[in-house]
Amino acid sequence: MSAGSLTWFANHEIRLAWRDWLSMMTAGRRGREKVVAIALAIFVVGAHVMAWYFVAGYVDERTVPTKPAFVVITGSILLSWSLLISQAMESVTRAFYARSDLDLILSSPVAARKVFAVRIAAMGFSVVVMAALLASPVINVLIVRGGAGWLGAYGVVVAMGATAAAIAVALTIALFRLIGPKRTRLVAQIVAAVIAAVFIIGLQVAAILSSDTLSRMVFLKSETLIALVPEVDSLFWWPARAAMGDLTALAAVLGASFLAFGGAIVLFSGRFGHHAIAASSVAASGKREVQRSGFRRRSAARTLRQKEWTLLARDPWLVSQTLMQILYLLPPALLLWRGYGEGTGVLVVLVPVLVMASGQLAGGLAWLAISGEDAPDLVATAPIPRRMIIRAKVEAVLGGIALAFAPFVAALTLISVRGAVVAALGIMAAAAGATQIQFFFRKQATRRYFRHRQTASRFATFAEAFSSISWAGAAALAVGSTWFWLAPAAIAIAVLFAARAMSPHKL
Amino acid sequence: MTAATTSALEIRGLAKSFDRPAVAGLDLTVRAGEFYSLLGPNGAGKTTTLRMVAGLLPPDAGTIRICGINALRDPVEAKRVVAWVSDEPMIYDKLTPFEYLEFVSGLWGLNPSLAEIRANDLMDWLGLLPHAHERCEGFSKGMRQKVALAGALVHAPRVIILDEPLTGLDAGSARQVKRVLRERVAGGDTVIMTTHILEVAERMADRVGIIANGRLIAEGTLDELRAQTGNGESHSSLEDTFLALVAEQPQQQAA
Repeated sequence: MSAGSLTWFANHEIRLAWRDWLSMMTAGRRGREKVVAIALAIFVVGAHVMAWYFVAGYVDERTVPTKPAFVVITGSILLSWSLLISQAMESVTRAFYARSDLDLILSSPVAARKVFAVRIAAMGFSVVVMAALLASPVINVLIVRGGAGWLGAYGVVVAMGATAAAIAVALTIALFRLIGPKRTRLVAQIVAAVIAAVFIIGLQVAAILSSDTLSRMVFLKSETLIALVPEVDSLFWWPARAAMGDLTALAAVLGASFLAFGGAIVLFSGRFGHHAIAASSVAASGKREVQRSGFRRRSAARTLRQKEWTLLARDPWLVSQTLMQILYLLPPALLLWRGYGEGTGVLVVLVPVLVMASGQLAGGLAWLAISGEDAPDLVATAPIPRRMIIRAKVEAVLGGIALAFAPFVAALTLISVRGAVVAALGIMAAAAGATQIQFFFRKQATRRYFRHRQTASRFATFAEAFSSISWAGAAALAVGSTWFWLAPAAIAIAVLFAARAMSPHKL
Repeated sequence: MTAATTSALEIRGLAKSFDRPAVAGLDLTVRAGEFYSLLGPNGAGKTTTLRMVAGLLPPDAGTIRICGINALRDPVEAKRVVAWVSDEPMIYDKLTPFEYLEFVSGLWGLNPSLAEIRANDLMDWLGLLPHAHERCEGFSKGMRQKVALAGALVHAPRVIILDEPLTGLDAGSARQVKRVLRERVAGGDTVIMTTHILEVAERMADRVGIIANGRLIAEGTLDELRAQTGNGESHSSLEDTFLALVAEQPQQQAA
């Protein structure tokens, strides 16, 4: 392997990617590889059990390529594909804006085109690997239940990853040319988030409008939809056919995807370097605020809370990332609107969704306030007790949650006061739990790493998710007037204690 | 007046270990109204010492008294009289210098009218007034450091601790920062500063302390330090003296 060759660069990229992944999984601590391996094994087994529970009933060896089957498979493919494109756009944007080794690479006597061709290929490869890993439990269950033909689904996943990477590179470079490097960073990340959200939300909205349910599967199986889609011999179903083992379709799908991906590498690797230089040279210009005089009289706690809200309000990227989570509340809001006056049945669906969303939103806000503090030394050297600082930050988070969810709770009171009270309590419990977990796993970072906060600690991410899910379950059961809500609530509290025990900080 | 009240900083037996001892039983006294420069090779324990004094790190052992206040027993009171400026400016990109100083004033519980007058004076001295209502995100390193310094001084601290405050500053900004620090010392405040720019220490400091392997190995005026090295030549620079003193120390092995 000669220095500067394509394989040499590929080897370099793979080594960096592997170390990044290892560092992400072990949170940068040595000697945790065994623990991570055990946790991964448990996760893989758990994922297969869940996949079996959800998928096994739908498939057996008699499953044949019919229109309803194509609709469900294609719907699932499009759903995953939109997420992959979003993820790939994140990777491309990161490659543009993270300076790290760009100066070194571009100042070296190696053709930049070659380097970026390898880098784009590496991005595509990582998207494919991630997609294959996440899809493997479902595909494996399909193979066990439906036969070896379903091995084709792995080929479809590869094709999805390759095309997602190609589209992401093309979209990001198009944005560069259209709006310039300064705006692309923000716009590309918003576009990525919207691409990820729009298909899921669109399916849910369609499901609500057609059958008053949040279930996407109900919509995908509806007779109305099946009547509207193309006939079984249409090219549109070739990815679904490929997934079910049709070798001709699989070869065509893979061939088209590799062509698109190869084309993207050939077309864009030359420009990638120029755009990367432009992006890394972008300096933020200081916007002028309205000139005012007179310092306001505020307590230290209020000063801290106000600072958190001001910083959030002035950062359009953070606002977009935060509000994107609220986007997922649109379908339940629609359901609430349609269900108004039709009794309390809708509450069992709505309340847990609201509680779950509040936990997720609070986790993000808490990360910004606690780990994303840009001047930690300044705050720590202020003459105020540490507990007051923490309390003020928690209040800033919970205040934001209260503001975001108050309209939903107010609307719920029109259906059921009890339901609204349960929702309010659940929202606050989930938000408080997520905030507490962020506090346990606080790790100083700059705010621009907000999107990657989940990678800082896998345990924190899972704990936050389990806590929110448990509170959502408790709220759903409480709305149904059963004392069983105590069980998921106890699980949520247990998760909190476990997080406290695993916290790397002395408390 | 007792010895405790004439000392701006009194450290006794201070110790802190990470993977290896970073500070090992350090004793140090800085007089009130003094410009004290703390020098040492990389990894000597300078920053760790100052971070413990500023209340950013808990020590493993030892005592710290700031203007007579036991900083470990009463950290909140000690923080009222101390300012901390690090080499990386601690500011918020999305706030303007005016808002940043208002924020710091709120944290220190200052009277708003008085704080605003001080803030405007500081911004004027540091040449920040024309940019007072611009967000800091577009500022150069020098401008950011000046905003951080204004934030450190707005609450009128009696002890100002600076860790490499001139790193990355252009000549003009460095001169402004040095001028402000000299004025504070002239006004009776105490400045304790680490720096790798020995010329700055030589020209500005009343006394210099040299740390190696987490201990104070020499201390005094430039003449006193020269005497300690046995190099009585008046033309020898602080750099010569520093290198001679550090060279006598055994190299610490990393754990």
